[in-house]
Amino acid sequence: MTDLSAVEQNREVPAFAISEASVGDYVALMKPRVMSLVVFTALVGLMVAPGHLHPVLGFAALLCIAIGAGAAGALNMWFDADVDAVMSRTKSRPIPAGRVLPQEALGFGMTLAVGSVAVLGLVANWLAAGMLAFTIFFYVAVYTAWLKRSTPQNIVIGGAAGAFPPMIGWAAATGAVGLESVLMFLIIFFWTPPHFWALSLWRTQDYARAGIPMLPVVAGPDETRRQILIYALVLAPIGASPWLFGYAGPIYGITAVAAGAMVAHLAMQLRRFGDTPAGDRAAKRLFGLSILYLFLLFAVLLIDDRLGAPGHGLL
Amino acid sequence: MEDNGGEDGIVLTEEQKRRRRHRSIAIALALGVLVALFYVVTIVKLGPGVLRRPL
Repeated sequence: MTDLSAVEQNREVPAFAISEASVGDYVALMKPRVMSLVVFTALVGLMVAPGHLHPVLGFAALLCIAIGAGAAGALNMWFDADVDAVMSRTKSRPIPAGRVLPQEALGFGMTLAVGSVAVLGLVANWLAAGMLAFTIFFYVAVYTAWLKRSTPQNIVIGGAAGAFPPMIGWAAATGAVGLESVLMFLIIFFWTPPHFWALSLWRTQDYARAGIPMLPVVAGPDETRRQILIYALVLAPIGASPWLFGYAGPIYGITAVAAGAMVAHLAMQLRRFGDTPAGDRAAKRLFGLSILYLFLLFAVLLIDDRLGAPGHGLL
Repeated sequence: MEDNGGEDGIVLTEEQKRRRRHRSIAIALALGVLVALFYVVTIVKLGPGVLRRPL
């Protein structure tokens, strides 16, 4: 199924080397694209939370959450340098490309992790800081070091790490965990599997070569398409839940229902077309649409909140 | 001061020197931003109380 020998060859670390790293390499270590999603969802969590947080403190809290996400990204790249080196998607990352030494990435990631958690605790509160610390730990130790290489459910459970940012933003503003922030967590949690499995459908060989037991590698593309559909069908009502519970108004409700139906429709197409060029196109469209779906839902949730259009709730 | 120190020392290439200089500048900027951030956050958190302290 998998060839780990290529991965093992990349475990070797030079005893001594001169750093070739540019500033851009350190930025790349922080996974800026992932960070942008983290910052955006955390911003929405912070803004829709009840109460008032001074804009300067809100900005500082968001910066800490962003840096914490960057720390998790750097530590992930440090641990995963061996598998990154054998995957075409990741082999040009700073460590496998030889521009950043593993120990530099480790030091960079740990410094950012400790600094971001400490500053968030001082700027906002220690509940938010504790949640940020747990998120970094969960992403690095639970997802990267354990689940990613051991189970096809890796991104299902590991997806929790990406789902925490709006809860951290909410906690930074309120010092508590509210039901609305839990709903935002659940939206991202159930969004993650169809999003990543759609990507992994056309990256199966890459993951197999790296020895990563992604669902298409272990259970095959058919089972992956079936599970994508199940998660898409579960995601649709969860996406609408802030409106159903009365936390968001009808603008959000209509958007969430329509966007959820589109994702579910594309997941059905993906399952129907199977291993055909149309199926491959559907997988790529679903991947792209899923990113748009999440940005759209959180953007409209924020707009809805700013417009002051509370819903009445159906549940 | 020369980077190589002696004949047997490590000699950085011009590219390595350029990248090290850029990293140093980035660290300086990051520290400057942190100083400014901590100052502003301190003022905001203390509010008017920043002037009320025992002499």
